[in-house]
Amino acid sequence: MENMEKRMLTAEDFTPAKQNEIEIEKAYASQSFWKDVVSRFIKNKGAVFGLLMILLIVLMSFVGPSISGYDYRTQDMDQRNLPPHIAGMEYIPFFSGEETVYVGSKAYVTNVYEDKGIMDVTHIFGTDSLGRDQFARVWTGTRVSLYVALVAILIDTFVGMSYGLVSGYLGGKTDFFLQRIVEVLSTIPTTVIVTLLIVVLKPGLLSITIALMITEWIGMSRIARAQTLRYKEREFVLASRTLGERTLPIIFREILPNIFGQVIVMCMMTIPNAIFTEAFLAFIGLGIPAPLASLGSLISDGFKNMTMYPFMVACPVVVLALLMLCFNLMADGLRDAFDPRMKEA
Amino acid sequence: MSEPLLVVENLKQYFKISKNYTVKAVDGVSFHIDPGETYGLVGESGSGKSTIGRSIIRLYDPTEGTIRFDGRDISGRLDPESRSYLRTKMQMIFQDPMACLNPRKKVSDIIGQGLDIHHLYKTREERTEKIERIMRKIGLAKEHANRYPHQFSGGQRQRIGIARALIMQPKLVIADEPISALDVSIQAQVVNLMKDLQEELGVAYLFIAHDLSMVKYISDRIGVLHLGHLVESGTTEEIFDNPIHPYTISLLSAIPVPNPAIEKNRKAIEYHYETSGIDYTKGEPRTVSGTHRVLATEEEFKEWTSKNVSWR
Amino acid sequence: MRQKCLEIRDLQISFETSAGMVRAVRGIDLDLYKGEALAIVGESGSGKSVTVKAIMGIASSNQKTEAGTILYTYEQDGQSVTKDLLKMSPAEMRSRIKGTKIAMVFQDPMTSLDPTMTIGMQLMEGMIRHLKLDKKAAKKRAIELLEMVGITDAAKRIKNYPHQLSGGMRQRVVIAIALSCNPEILICDEPTTALDVTIQAKILELIADIQKRLGIAIIYITHDLGVVAKVADHVAVMYAGRIVEKGTAEEVFLDPRHPYTWGLMESVPDITAEKTKRLYTIPGTPPNMIDLPDGDPFAVRNRYALKADFIEEPPMFPISGTHAAATWLLDPRTPQDVVEQMNPSNGTRGGNRDE
Repeated sequence: MENMEKRMLTAEDFTPAKQNEIEIEKAYASQSFWKDVVSRFIKNKGAVFGLLMILLIVLMSFVGPSISGYDYRTQDMDQRNLPPHIAGMEYIPFFSGEETVYVGSKAYVTNVYEDKGIMDVTHIFGTDSLGRDQFARVWTGTRVSLYVALVAILIDTFVGMSYGLVSGYLGGKTDFFLQRIVEVLSTIPTTVIVTLLIVVLKPGLLSITIALMITEWIGMSRIARAQTLRYKEREFVLASRTLGERTLPIIFREILPNIFGQVIVMCMMTIPNAIFTEAFLAFIGLGIPAPLASLGSLISDGFKNMTMYPFMVACPVVVLALLMLCFNLMADGLRDAFDPRMKEA
Repeated sequence: MSEPLLVVENLKQYFKISKNYTVKAVDGVSFHIDPGETYGLVGESGSGKSTIGRSIIRLYDPTEGTIRFDGRDISGRLDPESRSYLRTKMQMIFQDPMACLNPRKKVSDIIGQGLDIHHLYKTREERTEKIERIMRKIGLAKEHANRYPHQFSGGQRQRIGIARALIMQPKLVIADEPISALDVSIQAQVVNLMKDLQEELGVAYLFIAHDLSMVKYISDRIGVLHLGHLVESGTTEEIFDNPIHPYTISLLSAIPVPNPAIEKNRKAIEYHYETSGIDYTKGEPRTVSGTHRVLATEEEFKEWTSKNVSWR
Repeated sequence: MRQKCLEIRDLQISFETSAGMVRAVRGIDLDLYKGEALAIVGESGSGKSVTVKAIMGIASSNQKTEAGTILYTYEQDGQSVTKDLLKMSPAEMRSRIKGTKIAMVFQDPMTSLDPTMTIGMQLMEGMIRHLKLDKKAAKKRAIELLEMVGITDAAKRIKNYPHQLSGGMRQRVVIAIALSCNPEILICDEPTTALDVTIQAKILELIADIQKRLGIAIIYITHDLGVVAKVADHVAVMYAGRIVEKGTAEEVFLDPRHPYTWGLMESVPDITAEKTKRLYTIPGTPPNMIDLPDGDPFAVRNRYALKADFIEEPPMFPISGTHAAATWLLDPRTPQDVVEQMNPSNGTRGGNRDE
């Protein structure tokens, strides 16, 4: 207004203005909900970093094995327990192929690659005790973790969310009954369920998936139910009822879009949990069978040789930690983006 | 005279809180609404006024009593035909402009929801046309159709709520405190809009409010509700010119006078049910004159009608 | 002799939002005198709440005070001290001003009461901290205060928790807490909006009574011009972040000069008028404070707008020593016959009701 050219008021200006039609006021300067969410998400540096890293990890899990030029199960007994090495790039500290061997209190630096005369061989993450390329194995293992993440998302949304929505909206006896089932299930530890499952099934992805299916959705169903209870007495839901809308459309068209933000956030939060569950099961030997690898089984194997070959456990641990951290960062960012007020609460 | 559009007889709505505690939100209320008229239901919080509205439109299942809407009994189990009739021909307008519209839906989809549910159009064009016509009526442009509720002011949102109800061409609209969450300057806009639409469409209103001032402008008849009982009812003139029940008088006297010279020295007349010695369950409706009725025992009735209370 | 206790000059406050800068308060001047009640009336978004929150030093994180002073004058050790509240540190505000010198009553009593503490404890807390009373004296005064705000059986009531009281009683307790440290200024932010009409009438009577008895200054905020007739000595009408009319209650209620005040006055339903009369309305919606139009923001909703209103925002024109309004209708350049034609006392406006 300040920079508007002000003109002197004339006598003419002091006559009544023509009664113009009440104009339709211009847009309230606000954007659609999803645009707001995206713009708030982009402002959060941690969350964007998390998202980019996840994308990178996903990409690597697919192209990683072929970059290395090895596959995850080919054994080479001549190249066992090799430290990380990139041919021609030995100046990069971690990938020089050198390792420090402690004898008593003295430390010797040796280079196995030099000793064996295979300086032209590249094992980016080294090899394991059977001479398999760790790089290929880590990214193949990541694929398993990502599969678990995907399964967790699907279970969360389809089972957990729907269960919570229906239980919360219908209320009364239905709710009572459904909640008792949840309580019973949530008292059984996952480990027990998996152990029992393995008695029936072979260890493997299927049993992990079933284990997740039995327990993973409970947290989500609780969130969805609590949110539904919050919304079901809202006037817009009552309005739908007075318009004669049936129950399922009310649940999925009226309530669900409003709680979707929380559902996505909850999903993101359960992913690290599911990944960790798989890694944990693999670590205690209930995971997928060899020669298949998952991050958990790699860590478990590496753990046995940790004092001798620390790189063997370091690589999968770093990838696993990074993956979980990034999902957490992204979940945080999403939560703030969906509802800035939730942060304060 | 034609049959009333809505007849409510001895409506009771109890809510069981626990084994030995039941809230009697509405305790035996009877009234009727004629086609095209406005019935104002006035009462303070806890009087059961919103409960009555919700029982009539069957958001609740009435505990006792009958509700007849356009010749059909809608108080018991609904057969599909009367259900569909009720859900189209009776609509509701809500109180909170923030909560009554789904924040994730576009305005056109909010207004068109009823059309979608009951398949009241043959082509997309017909749907769009119907929505645009009603939007014009409530003073919104068709450019607004693709916006979301948060992009509107409180008054506009309330008008969108009105459009959602009226697009169904209802015979009765239950307006549950449609203006009490709005600024005073906007309240009048909404009341005038409702009046205009009534003239044009011939719809009847059950206008629920917590104070008498606005009700006067829109209602043909008024019922005053207190603690689940209809304590006084009659035409607007009867209630305002000759209020009988002490509660009605206290409600009228609570309305501030916009004149500091008078208002500074005025004291509102108080009414306390607990200490007044009045028991609503003992009284029965007694006719004062015409349609003017008041809930009282014989002694109370004699006492109240004999004295002339000036509430101003 | 009237004694000024609060002097607001050219207060400008804006908010940074994702959609742009919201200029919530655009330069307001206000005076509050000792023992007098000032009502600030305006629609939601007019900047009335932001103004009083600035006095209390309550600011949200994206808020920015662009300009202005809030000078507060008080007695200390027999001397009159004047301080700019906007320049005080939050710690100083907390210890010296908030609660003790200036107290506030909010719209919803439940938000200002602690549900886990008895109302007696909540009353005594401030007195023990600020007035250095011992527990016994504080309890005695708590009972006195509750009795003063019209709560019967006060000695028993102080053991109650907030949820055991009705809405009207809670608001009375909140007022009692606000009064507990003998404030000089009591700010009431729509204290009756959440209450029933009969209770609203009682609370208004209580506030008017407190002002008379204790001689404290009161700022009363509301969107309903109707309710302030009882409590206000002075009235300031706000629109789009500016004061458009101010004066004594009599002047504003009985001789309003700004078209917006006319609109507000007539939106108050007159329950003595005959029923068939149509309600007057101010058309349109409150302006979007991010993108204010040129000229007077009220012009587009103003039936009596002059062409000048669309070009330049009118300044305040004094009408009497206390009465002033910001409308070009008061400019000497506006022809008298135009003003006559529009003056509500001529009754021509009756025919001009709502198209």
